[in-house]
Amino acid sequence: MLDQEKNWGMLLGYRLYVLAFFIFLAAPLVAAGTFAFNDSLFPALPWQGFTFDWFFNDTEPKLGMFHDRRLLRGLYYSFIIATAVSGLSVFVGTCNAFLFTRREFPAKNFFYIMMIVPLVIPGVILGISILVFVSSIANGIEESYGIELEFMRPGILLVVLGQFSFITTITTLVIIARLKKFDGAMEEAALNLGASRARVLMTITLPFLRPAMIAAGIVAFLVSFENFNTTLFLVGSESPLTITMFDRMAKVGSTPVLNAVSFFLIVGSGLLALISILIQRDRSSE
Amino acid sequence: MNQADFKRLSLILLFMPFALWILLLIILPHIGMGVLALREKVGPRVYEFGFGNFIDFAMEPIYWNILFRTGSMSLLVTALALIAGFPIAYYIAKIAGRRSRGALFLVCLIPLWVSDLIRAFGWILLLRETGVVSSTLLWLGLVDAPVEMLYNDITVVIGLVYTVILFMIVPLVSTLDGMDNAMIEAGYNLGGNGWTVLRRIIVPYAMPGIISGCIIVFMLTAGSYLTPILLGGKNSSWFTETIYEQFITRYNWESGAAFGFLLLAFTSFVVWLGLKLSGQTLAGTVARN
Repeated sequence: MLDQEKNWGMLLGYRLYVLAFFIFLAAPLVAAGTFAFNDSLFPALPWQGFTFDWFFNDTEPKLGMFHDRRLLRGLYYSFIIATAVSGLSVFVGTCNAFLFTRREFPAKNFFYIMMIVPLVIPGVILGISILVFVSSIANGIEESYGIELEFMRPGILLVVLGQFSFITTITTLVIIARLKKFDGAMEEAALNLGASRARVLMTITLPFLRPAMIAAGIVAFLVSFENFNTTLFLVGSESPLTITMFDRMAKVGSTPVLNAVSFFLIVGSGLLALISILIQRDRSSE
Repeated sequence: MNQADFKRLSLILLFMPFALWILLLIILPHIGMGVLALREKVGPRVYEFGFGNFIDFAMEPIYWNILFRTGSMSLLVTALALIAGFPIAYYIAKIAGRRSRGALFLVCLIPLWVSDLIRAFGWILLLRETGVVSSTLLWLGLVDAPVEMLYNDITVVIGLVYTVILFMIVPLVSTLDGMDNAMIEAGYNLGGNGWTVLRRIIVPYAMPGIISGCIIVFMLTAGSYLTPILLGGKNSSWFTETIYEQFITRYNWESGAAFGFLLLAFTSFVVWLGLKLSGQTLAGTVARN
């Protein structure tokens, strides 16, 4: 219907623009991923032949990513941090969703805005403000009591707190969207049939929310895994993968092992994102 | 325990995680940063309360330039992302067939989940002197010597647009998706041409999505660190880089906190101005989902 209004040439131009845009979108990802399979010491043309060395080879100079100690350690720390952030933020996000969709309390709009605010604070600022705050507490304790609290210095705990501070907004919004679709009559029916409130929550409401909770958890995991800005200021000696990779990238002469990691992450996060989208879509069409 | 007591108790229990989160991780740290920014160093381990750190900033034109540069380039990036992204969002929401719509949207969403670091790395491999574009041009005989396309402002702007454009497209698609095609047809039937329909019907309808996209894109750009550094080189003069330098390299936390405060004030002001000018609210745009 709409197509008839536009003339043919314009529509063709439009289509070409859309095509060009998707090429633009894919080009850097393809470049970063493809060189992982180039049998050369540099991530650059010419193409020297196909290889899996940058994944599996165990000797220098072609040390593959699965034998590179520092990269593996980064991957491990990223995994620990992302799992912790994801669990915490889904828990708090679920509480928040019930709080904002089910309850009435004074200044609710104000608190709702406060809940969104972390999403519009630059990540760098979140990082330094938490660093300043926690460090000043740690310094205060050290000066007054002479106790050095190692966990309050830059390190995994601070990174988790920093990422949690804004990822919780995302999980809250995802879970709220689902909870708003819930039909209150289902809970009432269960209550009328004599179920206790706790039982209604466990057998009806939470199962209804499960897809949104899983999707929110995956999103939180991905955002945490890829976060750089907030993490940069809070990181201690246990560098997560993004920080390790950045340090190497800043050095000249990085080998295609970084491309191997990129390929691994592109495929991994693409699959996880796909799962989270499918989980949400399937249930909502029921 | 009666019903009212139970309700109150459960409300308090539900409120606790929210209150702890916002208070301990957002409000108090920002107050702490503000207090630190107002601490003036007058000697080794001697501090005074005052605006010294902000005065230092105001007296140094380099810092002003960097903040101004970051702000104006972020606005440029936001505008470019809107102009480049709107047709794509419109295509996905209104022109593409039912089948391809979902697929196109998915293709848009997946790069969103790939780290900025990898995307910037991809651009480096394409654009540097020994990169793919340069070698291809050389091979085609279009240039005589390798071309360095990194480390200039145009590359930084393109790289930033690339990093943030999906955050513009996603809210636009979901807004435009909810628009009834009959509204557009009615516009044409009443004698409007393509431009009038766009200006008077489509854009006003999409306004919450546009504002939401612009706020997030502007904030992400002004607060970005990776893309300007990796594509612009060490002298890209981005404000977050100055903050990092004060904090980590010079270990001057007082002045770093003051700079952070300025960046926050600046981005909040622009976000506030955008909301006021368009008559939207934060809850109505960013949290629309």
